[in-house]
Amino acid sequence: MEEALTLVIATLAATLRVATPLVLCAMGGLFSEKSGIIDVGLEGKMLMAAFFAAATASLTGSAWAGVGAAILAAEVLALLHGFACITHRGNQVVSGIAINILAMGLTVVLGTAWFGRGGQTPPLAGTERLNPIFFPVAGDNILVYVALLSVPFAWWVIERTRFGLRLRAVGEVPLAVDAAGISVSWLRYRAVLICGLFAGLAGAYLSIAQNAGFSRDMTAGQGFIALAAIIFGRWRPVPAFGACLAFGLLDAIAIRLQGVKLPHVGEVPVQLIQALPYLLTLFLLAGFIGRTVAPKAAGVPYEKEH
Amino acid sequence: MSASRRPLPGWVEIGLLPLANIAMAFLLVGLIVAVIGVDPFHALKLLVLGAVGSSESIGYTLYYATNFIFTGLAVAVAFHAGLFNIGGEGQAYIGGLGCGLAVLALDGLLPGLLMVPLAILASAAFGAAWAAIPAWMQAWRGSHIVITTIMFNFVASALMVYLMVNVLIAPGSMTPQSRGFAASASVPSMQAALQWIGIAVAPSALNLSLLLALLACVGVWIFLWHTPWGYGLRTMGQNPEAALYAGTNLKRATMLAMCLSGALAGGVAVNELLGVHHRLVLDFAAGYGFTGIAVALMGRGHPLGIVLAALLFGALQQGGAELNFEIPKITREMVVVIQGLVILFSGALVHLPRPWLQALFARRG
Repeated sequence: MEEALTLVIATLAATLRVATPLVLCAMGGLFSEKSGIIDVGLEGKMLMAAFFAAATASLTGSAWAGVGAAILAAEVLALLHGFACITHRGNQVVSGIAINILAMGLTVVLGTAWFGRGGQTPPLAGTERLNPIFFPVAGDNILVYVALLSVPFAWWVIERTRFGLRLRAVGEVPLAVDAAGISVSWLRYRAVLICGLFAGLAGAYLSIAQNAGFSRDMTAGQGFIALAAIIFGRWRPVPAFGACLAFGLLDAIAIRLQGVKLPHVGEVPVQLIQALPYLLTLFLLAGFIGRTVAPKAAGVPYEKEH
Repeated sequence: MSASRRPLPGWVEIGLLPLANIAMAFLLVGLIVAVIGVDPFHALKLLVLGAVGSSESIGYTLYYATNFIFTGLAVAVAFHAGLFNIGGEGQAYIGGLGCGLAVLALDGLLPGLLMVPLAILASAAFGAAWAAIPAWMQAWRGSHIVITTIMFNFVASALMVYLMVNVLIAPGSMTPQSRGFAASASVPSMQAALQWIGIAVAPSALNLSLLLALLACVGVWIFLWHTPWGYGLRTMGQNPEAALYAGTNLKRATMLAMCLSGALAGGVAVNELLGVHHRLVLDFAAGYGFTGIAVALMGRGHPLGIVLAALLFGALQQGGAELNFEIPKITREMVVVIQGLVILFSGALVHLPRPWLQALFARRG
């Protein structure tokens, strides 16, 4: 009995550990998407942030400097996305893909040039990392709590504040917001910047909290899983949080199930469990699990009439 | 209309604007190289020499370009129909599965003259099938093709790892790869083909798939600009309502565009598996699908432009490898950075230099 309880608690802790970057990313992405800016570049922002967090922490010896650098790196990419999509009305998906590919290359190029370890940063230890606060085994560093708080925060801002109301409006009918004398661009820029902040925190979590350093492509599709969670949660913070937890649980189970033979079923292929978040989202998108409702103006650049 | 959309002369629109976009991307790359602490001009010299300095390096440049032509065309065909296919990576990968299955099942029975065309068809068919699912989801269920094709890339990768590790692995092999294909089931190397007509070149990975890629370019050009289906497809891309009014079946056009796109992406499998590896391996398509986006954007979706862009990226890929050999500080990922910047400047920021060019060239109204 006690063994089972330990197993459950260990799995739950693992779930939370895996879900933290997803939650942060998803909450950030929500702000952007709610304002009508599709963000396929979450992955790239997170990767770039993870690299700069580890690089800065390694050079300065301070995890907090790492967090700052991570946010800065993600914000630079967020501003780039905003500049391309809001100011120049470029294709939002193309811009996001460009950011992903840029981050994929630049992290390895800079990493190799600066540290000469094939794209990795030196291993971090002690104060260079964000360490657990209460339960060393569970790995409950500060960013885990930030992620947990980000959900009510996102809900409150989007659902209960004037800024949130305008944000939702600009994602549905930007013309109405413009007609009310509110700047569409400035609203969307703010949304994109909030998104960058959260993606930066998610990246910092990956390289200086969950792991002890940066390794190439360490995001491994988590930005896209966060995107899937947003869709799964139908662009609402609390359901999106639920989706992140579910995907995190799947991952935790996948690690536990590696090589284990289940009764009646046999060995479940790990690849199947890893692909499950994507498969589930695809089923959802195909309309087999209810309808999805994206913000109406998502992906459409707003052109002001003259 | 606002001032930002004032028309430019044709040659500026087709020639100068794309060049300005690329120039900005490469200016930034030069800056990054300088930040790393390497003289950009020295690096450029080594890169060019590495890409076209010998018949071997030219061979490799053309071999990489072959892949990029296939994936560039794949992205472009879908783009003309208003569909952004990010799934080229997965479609090429699954195309390889079709290619591998066909060869592994039949290479003992069929002569090469039948086996190779069949394997090419299988690559195209599997690539098309993998693209057909997101196309169906877009056309009938209204889900966004960008999101679904991204997800299908991950699913394809997971599926292939599972199949390679558990099903298709050669008995007794430690690495996840299939048994070797029979010698008859291969696309001849360019070196062998040229030797046959009396021209001697150094051996490289280049094989006759390049001709298939060029043939595909002509095919795409004829299809898009000289057939009613291609016309319907482009109309849908420009204005779906007009296309509908003109009698185009939008659902069928979506399916057609995506299947064609997936089939073209399958060409990567022909070049890689039948031409180079001669067995089914993991990750042979890695990166080529994404480069295809850069190639298609840089080539403005036109087959001729795509060939030019593919040559450039082929040269970058090959030259980048040589450059890394000479200056280890500059890794091969520099090419990935260039791709990202090209996609940014030729895609999302395509109108950035327009005001400057307008100030110089626009006819005053």
